[in-house]
Amino acid sequence: MTHAIRLSTLALASCLLAVPAFAQSVNLYTTREAALLNPVIDAFTKDTGIKVNAVFLKDGLQERVAAEGANSPADVMLMVDVGQINALVEAGITQPIKSALVDKTVPAALRGPADNWVTLTQRARIVVVSKERVKQDAITYEDLADPKWKGKVCIRSGQHPYNNAFFAAYLARNGAEKTESYLKGLKANLARKPGGGDRDVARDILSGQCDIAVMNTYYIGLMSEAKNEQKSWYEAIKPVKSTFANGGTHVNVSAAAIAKNAPNRDSAVKLIEYMLGEKAQTLYADGNFEFPVNPDVKESAAVKLLGTITPDTTPLGDVAKNRKAAADLVDKVGFDN
Amino acid sequence: MSLGVSLSETRRSPLAWRPSTFLVFAALLGAGLALLPVLALAYTALSPQAASIWPHLAANVLPAALADTSLLLLGVGALCAAIGVGSAWLVTQFEFPGRRGLEWLLVLPLALPTYITAYVYVEILGFQGPFQTALRALTGWRSLRDYWFPDPRNLPGAIFIMALVLYPYVYLSVRALFGLQAAAIVESARTLGASPSRLFWRVGLPMARPALAAGLTLALLETLNDIGASEYLGVRSLTLSIYTTWVNRNSLAGAAQIACVMLLLVVLLMAVEAHLRGQRRFALPVRQPRAVGRSPLAGWRAVAAVTLCALPVLLGAVLPIGFLAAEVLQRDLWQQFDGAMLRSLANALAFAGLAAGLVVLLGIGIAAARRQGREPWLPALSRLAGLGYAVPGTVLALGLLVPLAAFDNLVADAARRWLGVNPGLLLIGSGAALVLAYLVRFLAIAVSGVESGLSRISPRIDDAARTLGASAPQVMRKMHWPLARPAVAAAALLVFVDCLKELPATLLLRPLNVETLATTVYGHASRGAFEDGALAGLLIVLAGLYPAYRLARAGGRAG
Repeated sequence: MTHAIRLSTLALASCLLAVPAFAQSVNLYTTREAALLNPVIDAFTKDTGIKVNAVFLKDGLQERVAAEGANSPADVMLMVDVGQINALVEAGITQPIKSALVDKTVPAALRGPADNWVTLTQRARIVVVSKERVKQDAITYEDLADPKWKGKVCIRSGQHPYNNAFFAAYLARNGAEKTESYLKGLKANLARKPGGGDRDVARDILSGQCDIAVMNTYYIGLMSEAKNEQKSWYEAIKPVKSTFANGGTHVNVSAAAIAKNAPNRDSAVKLIEYMLGEKAQTLYADGNFEFPVNPDVKESAAVKLLGTITPDTTPLGDVAKNRKAAADLVDKVGFDN
Repeated sequence: MSLGVSLSETRRSPLAWRPSTFLVFAALLGAGLALLPVLALAYTALSPQAASIWPHLAANVLPAALADTSLLLLGVGALCAAIGVGSAWLVTQFEFPGRRGLEWLLVLPLALPTYITAYVYVEILGFQGPFQTALRALTGWRSLRDYWFPDPRNLPGAIFIMALVLYPYVYLSVRALFGLQAAAIVESARTLGASPSRLFWRVGLPMARPALAAGLTLALLETLNDIGASEYLGVRSLTLSIYTTWVNRNSLAGAAQIACVMLLLVVLLMAVEAHLRGQRRFALPVRQPRAVGRSPLAGWRAVAAVTLCALPVLLGAVLPIGFLAAEVLQRDLWQQFDGAMLRSLANALAFAGLAAGLVVLLGIGIAAARRQGREPWLPALSRLAGLGYAVPGTVLALGLLVPLAAFDNLVADAARRWLGVNPGLLLIGSGAALVLAYLVRFLAIAVSGVESGLSRISPRIDDAARTLGASAPQVMRKMHWPLARPAVAAAALLVFVDCLKELPATLLLRPLNVETLATTVYGHASRGAFEDGALAGLLIVLAGLYPAYRLARAGGRAG
């Protein structure tokens, strides 16, 4: 027992001391996946000599930075959802990103209030259908609640942030009453209880459990490159042009903010600028089949896969504002039950 | 409960000592640590911004969540009890081919995190899994529109999967009791001509009650606090409601309120359970306990016993571990075994080892203080120390974050002012916060493990030693420690395996640039590419394999 303690203390000490010395460093707190960010981080360090220290969190990033307070090492906070990034601003733990390059690259609609956050990539949430059993090539989101799809729709939990943002956008466009009846209609069409992840709905289309499903665009791309049975899930589905009834595809963002007490603010700005550059956008947006915000990245993989997408014009701020109400409605209709 | 053989009931010895200051300090420290996140939680719950959440929750969330959670707990409890008690009875009372191996293999499913087992079952039973593929090959059916196949992504599926992972808690505690305490009683019942089935129902089961209650409490709290598997399998549990309340409504206060109510319920249930059980624990007779003589089984009875014991091992361990191994081999994932993976492995072992050592030290302090002391508040203290286990990991981590970060900031500001250096965040930055979280979370396991080890030592031993002039520390060192050591070791191993598997607190509290095996698995799963995490998952199992083996051995001997 004591032997084990001694060993583990040694191991722990060696982990903590094994940090190579860099002249400059920047600390990244993120809810984005490690596998996706690591190539960009490595390229950034190679090109600038600035070391990136990262911690990959799930939820609670906001609470952690808030609790760490004045001495928090957090410089850049990189989030996967507009609601998450907005919550950081509302919690008062961000500061304006002062960078002419950022302002030039990213349109104002894709930046937060007073430049407190900036969009790095966009991803659409679209409808996919069974290649075999569904013939149409376009659909409106409203159509998903049409009784003709009864027992044929698959979707992940209504409380998952991706669906939460999607329903919040619906709510911002259509108001509470219409959204509630939409959710009821959609629930009535479900082939199975909401659950699993976005890729699972593609598998369920392959197995014949459902004919039509909702998923984020980048999963389609990642499945198309899969080296295992996920390839066959991809082959079973067909992405269709998905829009709200009066146009526009629901789009969510991955976005970055600078922490209010960032100890390395200059490096933080450099990292964000780098991530908006052509090289990183190709690595990070393209590598994940997302839509780059840098207009210089032409012919992205996502566009090749899905064609160009016209984003819904509902301001992202309105989507974020409606999150709580959307979550309440999902509970109210018992969407996940 | 009248038993044909006189066992001395454990009661407070009339010759109680004053517990040493050190022990009381350890007990207070443990209870204080456990209370820290709970108090932070209560403080968060009282913030004014959460006042409006209850009408909505009461109308739309809680009815379904309570129903789902109750069914989940009932189902998992019943299955865990059936598997745990049944297999423990078989391996302790009978001799059959392969019994020795099965005795330790039955612990093995514990080495798997529930979220991994859940994922594996969705894969195995899924459309492209071996069963459905074979079925289609045999019948010529093409898709799920032609046939029906059980889908684990629902409440029954979740019950089945969680019970498969958690039954070893029951098995371990009940087996320890059957193996030793029941021996004398069972043998006398046997000589009186009781049939095997009557023996089980009238002697074994009633005797197992306290151990069953202890094991079930652990298993059910694990079930209650699960998020990963529940979410993946589409079960709307209370804990998941806490979680979505926090994340989607950005209402930590609302989440804290639900968590507090849930904690109250758990405490209430535990109090009821303790009351029902009474303070009735049986100590062994003073002479060295001996293992029970097993009656040999032959023919179909032996086959049935082997089958019954092998089934949970097969479903709970062999199948999922085989799946992970097959993924690693088929897709050459062993190439992932690089410096980063090695660091994750070292981190996981270091954090878990450190936490297990500290937890057991505190657990010994608390349990020993309770045994020695006459103070009425000592038993309450040991219960308080177990509170951390009743709080979901995510909530616990959030609750710890506030006080730990406040401490870190105090230290950092003071160091800057007086010493002119900036040490950064001491606890959170070093990973100490994570070890503390494990400590708070798993202290209950250590305390109950050490207490059950001590409770089997007759107070008469203490009394005899005292009349011979021994001091309290001497009695502890010379009498208690050798007798309780297996139970202490078992508790340490159990905590170690639990720390290896722990995910929510690990995710939230780990320092920059630090990954563990569990966070590596999560990193892949969050991209929807869980199968890429098969190697890290397999390493968790392998790291837990030896402890599981030792656990089975430790509990099997006098302990």
